Amino acid sequence: MKNSNQRSLWQKTLLNTATSVAVASVGVMGMAASAHAEESFKVGFVTFLSGGASGPFGVPAAQGADIVIKAINEGSLPAPYDTKGVNGLTLESVVVDEAGGPTKQVEEYRNLVQRQDVNAVIGYISSGDCLAIGPVAEEMKMFTIAFDCGTSRLFQEIDNPQYMFRTGLDAVADNVGAARYLAETHPDAERIAGIQQNYAWGQDSWQDFTLALEQLMPEAEIVNNQMPQLFQGSYSTEISALQTQRPDIVHSSMWGGDMESFTSQANARGLLEQATALLTTGESGLHRFDGQAPNGTILGGRGPFGGFMPENDLSEWFTKAYEEEHGTPPSYPASKAAQAILALKYAADNSDAEGIPSSEQLAKALKGAEFESVSGTVKMALADGHQAMQPMLYGEYHFEDGEAELRNVKSYPGECVSAPDGYDAQQWIKEGFPGVDCN
Amino acid sequence: MLTVWAILIDGFIYASWLFLVAAGLTVIYGVMRILNMAHGSLYALGAYASASALGWYYAGGGDQLLVAFAIIAASAVLIGALTGLIIERGLLRLMYGRDEVLMLIVTFAVLLILQDAVKLIWGTTPYSAYQPYVAMGRINIDVLTVSGYDLMVLGVSIVIGFGLWFWLERTKVGKILRSIIHDREVSEAMGVNVRRMFTITFMIGATLGAIAGGITAPIISVVPGLGIEVIVMAFAVVVTGGLGSITGAAVGAIIVGLARAASIHTMPELELFIIYAVMAGVLIFRPHGLFGQVIARKI
Repeated sequence: MKNSNQRSLWQKTLLNTATSVAVASVGVMGMAASAHAEESFKVGFVTFLSGGASGPFGVPAAQGADIVIKAINEGSLPAPYDTKGVNGLTLESVVVDEAGGPTKQVEEYRNLVQRQDVNAVIGYISSGDCLAIGPVAEEMKMFTIAFDCGTSRLFQEIDNPQYMFRTGLDAVADNVGAARYLAETHPDAERIAGIQQNYAWGQDSWQDFTLALEQLMPEAEIVNNQMPQLFQGSYSTEISALQTQRPDIVHSSMWGGDMESFTSQANARGLLEQATALLTTGESGLHRFDGQAPNGTILGGRGPFGGFMPENDLSEWFTKAYEEEHGTPPSYPASKAAQAILALKYAADNSDAEGIPSSEQLAKALKGAEFESVSGTVKMALADGHQAMQPMLYGEYHFEDGEAELRNVKSYPGECVSAPDGYDAQQWIKEGFPGVDCN
Repeated sequence: MLTVWAILIDGFIYASWLFLVAAGLTVIYGVMRILNMAHGSLYALGAYASASALGWYYAGGGDQLLVAFAIIAASAVLIGALTGLIIERGLLRLMYGRDEVLMLIVTFAVLLILQDAVKLIWGTTPYSAYQPYVAMGRINIDVLTVSGYDLMVLGVSIVIGFGLWFWLERTKVGKILRSIIHDREVSEAMGVNVRRMFTITFMIGATLGAIAGGITAPIISVVPGLGIEVIVMAFAVVVTGGLGSITGAAVGAIIVGLARAASIHTMPELELFIIYAVMAGVLIFRPHGLFGQVIARKI
């Protein structure tokens, strides 16, 4: 079968090389322009540019951010962001590679703040990096937005946050949403299995999902959970182990190349004929599966991002601009990065500052705010106004006539999938979601 | 009973892949006493070259499985042999006779350089070349299925293992190599062109690494950094079996493969632990691995 993925491999080679050069150029341009710091607002943008997380997450995020930054400087964004710059200032980015682990990232963060003199920092895909950066951001009093990391412990480990924000949802929302979708669309599923990458993200996701399932589908039986190594690539033995347990549903929080490899192998081995896969980050493969996931596979996009973006002026503009520049619709990491940049513009434009807004002014403007984004209206309603609350969406993958689309999409309000302030997330689930509002 | 069958089938399939990955590493160490950290990058180069070539073939309308296998073999052999030649001639030959630890650091530097070179050439987007894996179909055993492609990898591994044994034990070149392994200085004194033999050996080892990557490409999503993950596993196998021993690599792969499969089917949370537990257990009783030989230091 011919498909667009294979058809464009050589084109992608050229495109990727060009992208690498472009991403590097953004960083160099950012540094070169530091001499004009008085006239511009500098933001450090931290994302994976190397390693296994770069291809599916880091680079699309950098590309998404780059598109929005260019449009901000040109004044070509749709309303309400149709003014030039941030608070009238040119927005410059200093792009930093997130690879290397939390210790290195703390060094890079200090370098951004103390030597590069950035005015704000946006970044962090890895939960480990987020947890390390949070306290440092508070200590250095630097306005910082985490755009993607999913750990629910981020604001549990910062006492009274002032400068740290997150404009996306956490893993609890992903997995409570996944359990709700399953309870609604597959109420007869009896045997539930899982496969997760063996580190904090995978372990936390499985814990949150199974706790939520106990509440929402108490009759369902957890029959097996596999914990392969991160970036393992081949899952032949794990697939056999899952098959012998005869599951109805296979839940997975695996992401990127691991998620795509598992799906492709499980499909070829027939596991996905025996069971339905529920992939909490599957949206990033929506335009890459090319039929290698069976129709009906349940995909999540960590909120209203990527293929789950609602129709509004901003999302339509972003999708068009991204497709024109990169030849493919934006996946959820690109959308989340775009959202964080828009949050920065909102905060700067509403800071009442003259010239470059301070971290305190930016934090005051964003705390508890409601701002428009590619994912709709974002309410900074959790963690005392520092954490976004948004709907969680799931849908079914369908591939026909060479086109992939999401069907049977269901949206759960933020109040339905996120623990209210003051609650430990796991305790909230165990107590049966007190204060929940799913209407 | 189904679980026992699954453990045996999965164990041997994984062992065959492990052996493919580890064979080149152990050949190079056995002959040259170089612990080639760049082996992981050669695996990655083979995977990327095969995925790209397969992408080009299928994008052009190709659908012949045999042609796809020929493409995998040709692209992996070409890039493996060429890169091996460049590394050996351009770098390693300048450092022969140096300490083994220095050679390890040098090859680690090559690993890092090649990792970045891969990103410059192929970018960071995952590559997928799943068509041969799907086209090989599957065999059903009750609810269990076995991929035809995985069985093919098992076959290739047996052929390569036998081929390496034949090459080292039954050919003139093999005898010369064994004489070098036994005593390099005496071999040189007897007129053996050791440097030429080193070049051939390194090219063969590098090609084996690239072939392992090429064969794996249709199974996985080819992403940056995959070489690093593989080299750790390959070391676990060759250390368990005994550095430099082909038989050791095969037996080490089978032990690790079966132990891992047993863990996944019965105690999945111990999957990672069991591999290194086996390695540690073997090294406690046989510090040089199952088939490793104690070599007296020359003074």
